Amino acid sequence: MTEYLLLLVSAVFVNNIILARYLGNCPFLGVSTRLDTALGMSMAVVFVTTLASATTWIVQTYLLTPHELEYLQTIAFILVIATLVQFVEMFLQKAAPALYKALGIFLPLITTNCAVLGVAVLSIQNEYSFIKTLVFAFASSVGYGLALVLLTGVRERFETAPIPVHVRGTSLGLITAGLLALAFFGFAGMV
Amino acid sequence: MGVMHEFTKGLWKEVPPFRLVLGLCPVLAVTTAAKNGVGMGLATTFVLVCSNTLVSLLRSVIPKKVRIAAYIVLIASFVVIVELAMQAYFYPLYKILGIFIPLIVVNCIILGRAEAFASKNRILPSIADGLGMGIGFTLSLTFLGALRELLGSGTCFGYPVMWESFQPFGILVKAPGAFICLGMILGLMNWISARQKAKNAG
Repeated sequence: MTEYLLLLVSAVFVNNIILARYLGNCPFLGVSTRLDTALGMSMAVVFVTTLASATTWIVQTYLLTPHELEYLQTIAFILVIATLVQFVEMFLQKAAPALYKALGIFLPLITTNCAVLGVAVLSIQNEYSFIKTLVFAFASSVGYGLALVLLTGVRERFETAPIPVHVRGTSLGLITAGLLALAFFGFAGMV
Repeated sequence: MGVMHEFTKGLWKEVPPFRLVLGLCPVLAVTTAAKNGVGMGLATTFVLVCSNTLVSLLRSVIPKKVRIAAYIVLIASFVVIVELAMQAYFYPLYKILGIFIPLIVVNCIILGRAEAFASKNRILPSIADGLGMGIGFTLSLTFLGALRELLGSGTCFGYPVMWESFQPFGILVKAPGAFICLGMILGLMNWISARQKAKNAG
Protein backbone atom coordinates (compact mmCIF):
# COMPACT_ATOMS: atom_id res chain seq x y z
CA MET A 1 0.00 0.00 0.00
CA THR A 2 2.76 2.42 0.96
CA GLU A 3 4.38 1.69 -2.36
CA TYR A 4 1.32 2.88 -4.28
CA LEU A 5 0.92 5.92 -2.07
CA LEU A 6 4.53 6.90 -2.71
CA LEU A 7 4.04 6.43 -6.44
CA LEU A 8 0.97 8.64 -6.27
CA VAL A 9 2.66 11.48 -4.40
CA SER A 10 5.76 11.24 -6.53
CA ALA A 11 3.84 11.43 -9.80
CA VAL A 12 1.58 14.29 -8.73
CA PHE A 13 4.08 16.53 -6.96
CA VAL A 14 7.73 15.52 -7.12
CA ASN A 15 7.98 14.40 -10.73
CA ASN A 16 5.10 16.48 -11.97
CA ILE A 17 4.57 15.55 -15.55
CA ILE A 18 4.65 19.10 -16.91
CA LEU A 19 6.88 20.93 -14.52
CA ALA A 20 9.55 18.29 -13.99
CA ARG A 21 9.21 15.89 -16.91
CA TYR A 22 8.31 18.46 -19.58
CA LEU A 23 5.47 16.54 -21.21
CA GLY A 24 2.34 18.02 -22.73
CA ASN A 25 3.47 21.61 -22.90
CA CYS A 26 1.62 22.76 -26.00
CA PRO A 27 -1.89 22.40 -24.56
CA PHE A 28 -0.48 23.47 -21.19
CA LEU A 29 0.24 26.92 -22.61
CA GLY A 30 -2.57 26.86 -25.13
CA VAL A 31 -5.58 26.32 -22.88
CA SER A 32 -4.30 27.92 -19.69
CA THR A 33 -6.01 31.24 -20.23
CA ARG A 34 -9.48 30.46 -18.88
CA LEU A 35 -10.33 28.38 -15.85
CA ASP A 36 -13.30 26.46 -17.28
CA THR A 37 -11.38 25.33 -20.38
CA ALA A 38 -8.45 24.35 -18.19
CA LEU A 39 -10.73 22.22 -15.99
CA GLY A 40 -12.31 20.56 -19.03
CA MET A 41 -8.93 19.81 -20.52
CA SER A 42 -7.65 18.39 -17.23
CA MET A 43 -10.62 16.05 -16.92
CA ALA A 44 -10.20 14.87 -20.50
CA VAL A 45 -6.49 14.24 -19.93
CA VAL A 46 -7.09 12.24 -16.73
CA PHE A 47 -9.72 10.12 -18.47
CA VAL A 48 -7.78 9.41 -21.65
CA THR A 49 -4.34 8.97 -20.07
CA THR A 50 -5.55 6.38 -17.58
CA LEU A 51 -7.48 4.47 -20.20
CA ALA A 52 -4.69 4.70 -22.77
CA SER A 53 -1.97 3.54 -20.37
CA ALA A 54 -4.05 0.52 -19.37
CA THR A 55 -4.68 -0.39 -23.01
CA THR A 56 -1.10 0.10 -24.16
CA TRP A 57 0.13 -1.95 -21.21
CA ILE A 58 -2.06 -4.83 -22.34
CA VAL A 59 -0.92 -4.40 -25.95
CA GLN A 60 2.72 -4.39 -24.90
CA THR A 61 2.50 -7.34 -22.51
CA TYR A 62 0.25 -9.69 -24.47
CA LEU A 63 0.91 -8.67 -28.06
CA LEU A 64 4.28 -7.03 -28.63
CA THR A 65 6.55 -8.80 -26.12
CA PRO A 66 5.45 -12.41 -26.83
CA HIS A 67 5.92 -11.89 -30.56
CA GLU A 68 9.19 -9.94 -30.13
CA LEU A 69 7.76 -6.87 -31.80
CA GLU A 70 8.98 -4.33 -29.26
CA TYR A 71 10.43 -2.15 -31.99
CA LEU A 72 6.89 -1.46 -33.18
CA GLN A 73 6.04 0.07 -29.80
CA THR A 74 5.86 3.67 -31.01
CA ILE A 75 3.60 2.92 -33.97
CA ALA A 76 1.41 0.52 -32.01
CA PHE A 77 0.95 2.90 -29.10
CA ILE A 78 0.11 5.95 -31.16
CA LEU A 79 -2.42 3.95 -33.16
CA VAL A 80 -3.99 2.56 -30.00
CA ILE A 81 -4.22 6.05 -28.53
CA ALA A 82 -5.66 7.61 -31.69
CA THR A 83 -8.27 4.87 -32.01
CA LEU A 84 -9.08 5.00 -28.33
CA VAL A 85 -9.64 8.73 -28.43
CA GLN A 86 -11.93 8.29 -31.41
CA PHE A 87 -13.89 5.57 -29.60
CA VAL A 88 -14.15 7.54 -26.40
CA GLU A 89 -15.45 10.46 -28.40
CA MET A 90 -18.14 8.40 -30.12
CA PHE A 91 -19.06 6.56 -26.93
CA LEU A 92 -19.42 9.73 -24.90
CA GLN A 93 -21.47 11.35 -27.63
CA LYS A 94 -24.00 8.52 -27.37
CA ALA A 95 -23.86 7.56 -23.71
CA ALA A 96 -23.08 10.76 -21.84
CA PRO A 97 -23.94 13.82 -23.92
CA ALA A 98 -23.41 16.17 -20.99
CA LEU A 99 -19.88 14.92 -20.41
CA TYR A 100 -19.27 14.97 -24.14
CA LYS A 101 -20.27 18.59 -24.26
CA ALA A 102 -17.80 19.42 -21.52
CA LEU A 103 -14.90 17.40 -22.93
CA GLY A 104 -15.82 17.31 -26.61
CA ILE A 105 -13.51 19.87 -28.14
CA PHE A 106 -10.53 18.71 -26.10
CA LEU A 107 -10.67 15.06 -27.08
CA PRO A 108 -9.26 15.35 -30.63
CA LEU A 109 -6.46 17.54 -29.30
CA ILE A 110 -5.43 14.86 -26.86
CA THR A 111 -4.12 12.47 -29.52
CA THR A 112 -1.18 14.77 -30.04
CA ASN A 113 -0.75 15.57 -26.36
CA CYS A 114 2.61 14.01 -25.69
CA ALA A 115 1.72 13.44 -22.03
CA VAL A 116 -0.57 10.56 -23.03
CA LEU A 117 2.02 8.73 -25.12
CA GLY A 118 4.74 9.75 -22.68
CA VAL A 119 3.04 8.20 -19.66
CA ALA A 120 2.30 5.02 -21.61
CA VAL A 121 5.93 4.67 -22.68
CA LEU A 122 7.25 5.57 -19.22
CA SER A 123 5.16 2.88 -17.53
CA ILE A 124 6.61 0.28 -19.88
CA GLN A 125 10.15 1.60 -19.42
CA ASN A 126 9.82 1.50 -15.64
CA GLU A 127 8.43 -2.06 -15.90
CA TYR A 128 5.38 -1.31 -13.80
CA SER A 129 2.77 -3.97 -13.13
CA PHE A 130 -0.75 -3.41 -14.42
CA ILE A 131 -2.05 -1.90 -11.17
CA LYS A 132 1.03 0.27 -10.83
CA THR A 133 0.58 1.49 -14.40
CA LEU A 134 -2.98 2.48 -13.57
CA VAL A 135 -1.92 4.35 -10.43
CA PHE A 136 0.98 6.01 -12.22
CA ALA A 137 -1.14 7.12 -15.17
CA PHE A 138 -3.91 8.43 -12.96
CA ALA A 139 -1.55 10.29 -10.65
CA SER A 140 0.48 11.75 -13.51
CA SER A 141 -2.58 13.11 -15.23
CA VAL A 142 -3.93 14.51 -11.96
CA GLY A 143 -0.57 16.25 -11.60
CA TYR A 144 -1.07 17.58 -15.12
CA GLY A 145 -4.46 18.96 -14.17
CA LEU A 146 -3.07 20.48 -10.99
CA ALA A 147 -0.30 22.33 -12.82
CA LEU A 148 -2.69 23.43 -15.56
CA VAL A 149 -5.28 24.81 -13.13
CA LEU A 150 -2.62 26.53 -11.02
CA LEU A 151 -1.07 28.24 -14.04
CA THR A 152 -4.48 29.28 -15.33
CA GLY A 153 -5.32 30.83 -11.98
CA VAL A 154 -2.22 32.98 -12.22
CA ARG A 155 -2.63 33.82 -15.90
CA GLU A 156 -6.23 34.93 -15.46
CA ARG A 157 -4.99 37.69 -13.20
CA PHE A 158 -2.60 38.97 -15.86
CA GLU A 159 -5.54 40.26 -17.84
CA THR A 160 -5.95 43.25 -15.58
CA ALA A 161 -2.27 43.70 -14.70
CA PRO A 162 -0.03 46.27 -16.40
CA ILE A 163 2.39 44.04 -18.33
CA PRO A 164 5.06 45.18 -20.83
CA VAL A 165 3.59 44.61 -24.27
CA HIS A 166 6.40 42.40 -25.60
CA VAL A 167 6.13 39.67 -22.98
CA ARG A 168 2.33 39.42 -23.07
CA GLY A 169 0.87 36.02 -23.85
CA THR A 170 3.01 32.92 -24.24
CA SER A 171 6.22 34.60 -23.15
CA LEU A 172 4.96 35.52 -19.71
CA GLY A 173 3.05 32.24 -19.54
CA LEU A 174 6.34 30.37 -19.86
CA ILE A 175 8.10 32.52 -17.28
CA THR A 176 5.20 31.96 -14.88
CA ALA A 177 5.39 28.23 -15.53
CA GLY A 178 9.08 28.45 -14.67
CA LEU A 179 8.33 30.06 -11.34
CA LEU A 180 5.67 27.44 -10.71
CA ALA A 181 8.25 24.74 -11.46
CA LEU A 182 10.55 26.45 -8.99
CA ALA A 183 7.82 26.22 -6.37
CA PHE A 184 7.33 22.52 -7.14
CA PHE A 185 11.04 22.06 -6.50
CA GLY A 186 10.11 22.35 -2.87
CA PHE A 187 8.60 18.88 -3.08
CA ALA A 188 11.90 17.35 -4.21
CA GLY A 189 13.27 14.92 -1.68
CA MET A 190 9.84 14.28 -0.21
CA VAL A 191 9.70 10.77 -1.65
CA MET B 1 8.50 33.60 -53.42
CA GLY B 2 8.94 30.00 -54.54
CA VAL B 3 11.05 27.23 -53.14
CA MET B 4 13.66 29.51 -51.61
CA HIS B 5 11.00 31.43 -49.75
CA GLU B 6 9.52 28.23 -48.30
CA PHE B 7 12.97 27.33 -47.08
CA THR B 8 13.93 30.63 -45.49
CA LYS B 9 10.64 31.34 -43.71
CA GLY B 10 11.43 28.51 -41.29
CA LEU B 11 14.67 30.17 -40.30
CA TRP B 12 13.37 33.43 -38.87
CA LYS B 13 9.87 34.56 -39.77
CA GLU B 14 8.14 31.36 -38.69
CA VAL B 15 10.89 29.63 -36.74
CA PRO B 16 8.96 26.84 -35.03
CA PRO B 17 9.55 26.95 -31.28
CA PHE B 18 9.84 30.72 -30.94
CA ARG B 19 7.25 31.96 -33.45
CA LEU B 20 4.74 29.20 -33.96
CA VAL B 21 5.26 28.05 -30.34
CA LEU B 22 4.86 24.43 -31.39
CA GLY B 23 6.70 21.35 -30.26
CA LEU B 24 7.70 22.79 -26.93
CA CYS B 25 8.26 19.58 -24.98
CA PRO B 26 11.55 18.56 -26.60
CA VAL B 27 12.59 22.22 -26.71
CA LEU B 28 12.32 22.44 -22.95
CA ALA B 29 13.47 18.97 -22.09
CA VAL B 30 16.59 18.26 -24.08
CA THR B 31 18.21 21.70 -24.18
CA THR B 32 20.29 21.21 -21.05
CA ALA B 33 23.35 21.14 -23.32
CA ALA B 34 24.05 22.36 -26.85
CA LYS B 35 24.99 18.89 -28.08
CA ASN B 36 21.62 17.40 -27.12
CA GLY B 37 19.88 20.25 -28.91
CA VAL B 38 21.74 19.47 -32.14
CA GLY B 39 20.93 15.76 -31.89
CA MET B 40 17.26 16.26 -31.19
CA GLY B 41 17.02 18.92 -33.90
CA LEU B 42 18.57 16.73 -36.56
CA ALA B 43 16.38 13.75 -35.65
CA THR B 44 13.29 15.95 -35.92
CA THR B 45 14.50 17.47 -39.21
CA PHE B 46 14.89 14.02 -40.73
CA VAL B 47 11.39 12.97 -39.73
CA LEU B 48 9.95 16.31 -40.83
CA VAL B 49 11.51 16.24 -44.32
CA CYS B 50 10.57 12.59 -44.88
CA SER B 51 6.99 13.01 -43.69
CA ASN B 52 6.52 16.22 -45.69
CA THR B 53 7.80 14.46 -48.82
CA LEU B 54 5.53 11.45 -48.43
CA VAL B 55 2.47 13.43 -47.41
CA SER B 56 2.93 15.68 -50.41
CA LEU B 57 3.34 12.69 -52.74
CA LEU B 58 0.27 10.95 -51.33
CA ARG B 59 -1.88 14.03 -50.96
CA SER B 60 -4.30 13.01 -53.69
CA VAL B 61 -4.43 9.37 -52.53
CA ILE B 62 -5.20 9.83 -48.84
CA PRO B 63 -8.94 10.30 -48.22
CA LYS B 64 -9.75 13.55 -46.44
CA LYS B 65 -11.60 11.90 -43.56
CA VAL B 66 -8.78 9.69 -42.31
CA ARG B 67 -5.93 11.99 -43.23
CA ILE B 68 -4.79 12.73 -39.67
CA ALA B 69 -4.58 9.03 -38.82
CA ALA B 70 -2.73 8.37 -42.08
CA TYR B 71 -0.24 11.15 -41.36
CA ILE B 72 0.38 9.84 -37.86
CA VAL B 73 1.16 6.37 -39.19
CA LEU B 74 3.56 7.84 -41.77
CA ILE B 75 5.28 9.95 -39.15
CA ALA B 76 5.47 7.07 -36.68
CA SER B 77 7.23 4.88 -39.26
CA PHE B 78 9.94 7.46 -39.77
CA VAL B 79 10.29 7.94 -36.03
CA VAL B 80 10.89 4.21 -35.63
CA ILE B 81 13.61 4.43 -38.28
CA VAL B 82 15.30 7.28 -36.41
CA GLU B 83 14.90 5.45 -33.12
CA LEU B 84 16.55 2.27 -34.39
CA ALA B 85 19.30 4.18 -36.23
CA MET B 86 20.18 6.20 -33.15
CA GLN B 87 20.15 3.12 -30.98
CA ALA B 88 22.65 1.52 -33.34
CA TYR B 89 24.99 4.42 -34.06
CA PHE B 90 24.57 7.11 -31.36
CA TYR B 91 23.79 5.09 -28.26
CA PRO B 92 24.91 7.68 -25.63
CA LEU B 93 22.77 10.37 -27.26
CA TYR B 94 19.89 7.90 -27.52
CA LYS B 95 20.16 7.35 -23.77
CA ILE B 96 20.16 11.07 -23.01
CA LEU B 97 17.24 11.98 -25.27
CA GLY B 98 15.39 8.91 -23.96
CA ILE B 99 11.65 9.15 -24.11
CA PHE B 100 11.73 12.23 -26.31
CA ILE B 101 12.74 10.23 -29.38
CA PRO B 102 9.52 8.19 -29.57
CA LEU B 103 7.71 11.40 -28.68
CA ILE B 104 8.79 12.98 -31.97
CA VAL B 105 5.62 11.28 -33.25
CA VAL B 106 3.44 13.70 -31.33
CA ASN B 107 5.61 16.75 -31.93
CA CYS B 108 3.01 19.18 -33.20
CA ILE B 109 5.43 20.79 -35.67
CA ILE B 110 5.55 17.65 -37.79
CA LEU B 111 1.83 17.00 -37.89
CA GLY B 112 1.25 20.73 -38.22
CA ARG B 113 3.45 21.07 -41.30
CA ALA B 114 1.94 17.95 -42.85
CA GLU B 115 -1.56 19.30 -42.38
CA ALA B 116 -0.93 22.98 -43.05
CA PHE B 117 1.62 22.76 -45.84
CA ALA B 118 2.56 19.40 -47.36
CA SER B 119 -1.03 18.26 -47.88
CA LYS B 120 -1.67 21.29 -50.13
CA ASN B 121 1.63 21.73 -51.95
CA ARG B 122 3.80 20.02 -54.52
CA ILE B 123 6.75 17.93 -53.49
CA LEU B 124 9.61 20.40 -53.97
CA PRO B 125 8.15 23.25 -51.88
CA SER B 126 7.16 20.66 -49.26
CA ILE B 127 10.73 19.40 -48.96
CA ALA B 128 11.99 23.00 -48.76
CA ASP B 129 9.41 23.77 -46.10
CA GLY B 130 10.38 20.70 -44.07
CA LEU B 131 14.07 21.42 -44.41
CA GLY B 132 13.68 25.08 -43.46
CA MET B 133 11.46 24.36 -40.47
CA GLY B 134 13.77 21.53 -39.40
CA ILE B 135 16.90 23.65 -39.59
CA GLY B 136 15.13 26.50 -37.83
CA PHE B 137 14.09 24.05 -35.11
CA THR B 138 17.64 22.68 -34.84
CA LEU B 139 19.18 26.16 -34.60
CA SER B 140 16.67 27.21 -31.95
CA LEU B 141 17.36 24.10 -29.89
CA THR B 142 21.10 24.54 -30.25
CA PHE B 143 20.89 28.21 -29.29
CA LEU B 144 18.76 27.52 -26.23
CA GLY B 145 20.94 24.55 -25.32
CA ALA B 146 24.14 26.56 -25.67
CA LEU B 147 22.73 29.41 -23.58
CA ARG B 148 21.58 27.12 -20.79
CA GLU B 149 24.79 25.12 -20.88
CA LEU B 150 26.99 28.22 -20.84
CA LEU B 151 25.27 29.88 -17.90
CA GLY B 152 24.07 26.73 -16.16
CA SER B 153 27.25 24.68 -16.15
CA GLY B 154 29.88 27.03 -17.62
CA THR B 155 30.69 24.89 -20.64
CA CYS B 156 30.06 25.04 -24.38
CA PHE B 157 29.57 21.75 -26.25
CA GLY B 158 31.18 20.10 -23.23
CA TYR B 159 34.30 22.30 -23.14
CA PRO B 160 34.80 24.61 -20.16
CA VAL B 161 34.87 28.18 -21.46
CA MET B 162 34.06 30.42 -18.51
CA TRP B 163 36.65 31.95 -16.21
CA GLU B 164 37.75 30.04 -13.16
CA SER B 165 35.83 31.84 -10.44
CA PHE B 166 32.59 31.62 -12.47
CA GLN B 167 29.70 30.30 -10.41
CA PRO B 168 27.28 28.42 -12.68
CA PHE B 169 23.56 29.17 -12.30
CA GLY B 170 22.60 25.60 -11.56
CA ILE B 171 18.91 26.36 -11.82
CA LEU B 172 19.22 27.01 -15.56
CA VAL B 173 19.87 23.37 -16.42
CA LYS B 174 16.89 22.32 -14.27
CA ALA B 175 13.22 22.50 -15.23
CA PRO B 176 12.43 26.07 -14.05
CA GLY B 177 15.39 27.44 -16.00
CA ALA B 178 14.05 25.88 -19.18
CA PHE B 179 10.68 27.59 -18.89
CA ILE B 180 12.10 30.95 -17.85
CA CYS B 181 14.81 30.97 -20.54
CA LEU B 182 12.36 30.14 -23.30
CA GLY B 183 9.88 32.75 -22.01
CA MET B 184 12.55 35.43 -22.03
CA ILE B 185 13.70 34.53 -25.54
CA LEU B 186 10.11 34.76 -26.77
CA GLY B 187 9.80 38.20 -25.21
CA LEU B 188 13.07 39.27 -26.76
CA MET B 189 12.00 38.07 -30.20
CA ASN B 190 8.76 40.03 -29.88
CA TRP B 191 10.76 43.11 -28.96
CA ILE B 192 13.15 42.71 -31.92
CA SER B 193 10.24 42.21 -34.33
CA ALA B 194 8.42 45.25 -32.98
CA ARG B 195 11.55 47.36 -33.44
CA GLN B 196 12.04 46.12 -37.00
CA LYS B 197 8.44 46.90 -37.81
CA ALA B 198 8.74 50.37 -36.36
CA LYS B 199 11.90 50.95 -38.37
CA ASN B 200 10.27 49.82 -41.61
CA ALA B 201 7.20 51.94 -40.95
CA GLY B 202 9.00 55.11 -40.03
